[in-house]
Amino acid sequence: MSVETGIAKIETRDLDFYYGPSRALKRVNISCHTNRVTAIIGPSGCGKSTFIRSLNRMNEVVPGTRMEGTILLDGHDIHASDVDVVELRRRVGMVFQKPNPFPKSIFDNIAYGLRINGLKDKRKLENVVERSLRGAALWEEVKDRLGENAFALSGGQQQRLCIARALAVEPEVILFDEPCSAIDPIATAKIEDLIETLEKSYTVVIVTHNMQQAARVSDYTAFMMLGELVEFDVTEKIFTNPANKLTEEYITGRFG
Amino acid sequence: MSKMERPFDEELKRLKEKLLDMASRAEEQIGLAVRGLKDRKQEMACEVLEKEEAINRLDIEIDDMALRLLALRQPMATDLRFITSAMKIGSDLERIGDLAVNIAERTLELLKSPQLKPLIDIPRMAEMAQEMVRDALNAFVNGDADLAKNVCQRDDQVDQLNNQIFRELLTFMMADATTIPRAVDLILVGRHLERIADHATNIGEDVIYMVRGKTIKHHIEEGLFTGLKGCLGPDQKK
Repeated sequence: MSVETGIAKIETRDLDFYYGPSRALKRVNISCHTNRVTAIIGPSGCGKSTFIRSLNRMNEVVPGTRMEGTILLDGHDIHASDVDVVELRRRVGMVFQKPNPFPKSIFDNIAYGLRINGLKDKRKLENVVERSLRGAALWEEVKDRLGENAFALSGGQQQRLCIARALAVEPEVILFDEPCSAIDPIATAKIEDLIETLEKSYTVVIVTHNMQQAARVSDYTAFMMLGELVEFDVTEKIFTNPANKLTEEYITGRFG
Repeated sequence: MSKMERPFDEELKRLKEKLLDMASRAEEQIGLAVRGLKDRKQEMACEVLEKEEAINRLDIEIDDMALRLLALRQPMATDLRFITSAMKIGSDLERIGDLAVNIAERTLELLKSPQLKPLIDIPRMAEMAQEMVRDALNAFVNGDADLAKNVCQRDDQVDQLNNQIFRELLTFMMADATTIPRAVDLILVGRHLERIADHATNIGEDVIYMVRGKTIKHHIEEGLFTGLKGCLGPDQKK
């Protein structure tokens, strides 16, 4: 399903996903567009995390899983034999629920991905680290202590560090899997502001339990239930006048 | 994953009850004001003035309640539309209350002179306006968009009756200049009733928005809008 016309940045076609015998996604069709934030909402177990983790093939690392259907990034099948998974994950970055910095310095956390990609030039590394930290709205807070261990940062700062780390490798799509569920409201507000800024340069997909958050940050909202896409529309429409009764009941808190 | 009764539903119900209370008072005020005028009863007009306070208080209570629910419950979808509609309907009812008071004030003025003519069209108009208010609120309570639409359509009939009243009183004024002060007061009463019907129409439009999520405001057929009516005042219709 697509709300917007034109070519989608990333798109699923009849996506099915199985954990062993249980079917977690049922023929899900969602298109996400460049410079747009697409939010996925739904009750626990509806498949929203499974969905987002499919977009950069993170689910493959779980044993006993199986996928059917197609996922297209810029129109190319991400499961095609010539696709390098590492390269795919560079293009489609991910920020997780809990901040997960490496037990390294702030600087090295961001430089890590670049170094394993072969970048050694110190000057260039410094440039990317600064640009990424600025991009994640963290630079001003940490510029004088880049050598400190990342665990010295607050939870909200750690999460922004993880966003900076994702930005460092210059992704095209950023996936957020409940990025604010483990941080306080002030840090949440900062991340939300950041998401709105990131939208200008990236394609953003966010899974969230917090409906107000989806309402605040996203352009399009998809409501999923029991592995199925129930409704996908402009965010404003979903939250003021949803077409589907199930969506209505979920967002008004009548079930879930 | 069954459908739940939420504590929030109880609060929404209380908001609805308050609006109903306010609406029945507003409707009663229209009836009382026009009966006072028709039967030339000063005490009825005074009663209207006294009872206005309660309607104003309800308006404030409804606003407070709605604002609190918006802030604390962060309502979505139908809940959101219900609450914003309730706020608008509250202001419309408050204005209806004011207009009933205006009619009572005209009555007190008219009682100082002998009756110009027996009143037939004004009580008819009042009855129509009252019914519109009643039906608009019934539509609100039952989420009945068809009834709400019907209310909006009836506005034209009230407008026509108002024109008729105006034309009739014009003949009185042309024939005998001494009737002008009383005729003008009666014209104003007609205009107040016409405004009441407009507010009922607004409520109907809000109900349609609440139920269907679609605005029909400013698109419904404009009522009969003659030059005669145009000279009654600048703010004929929103």
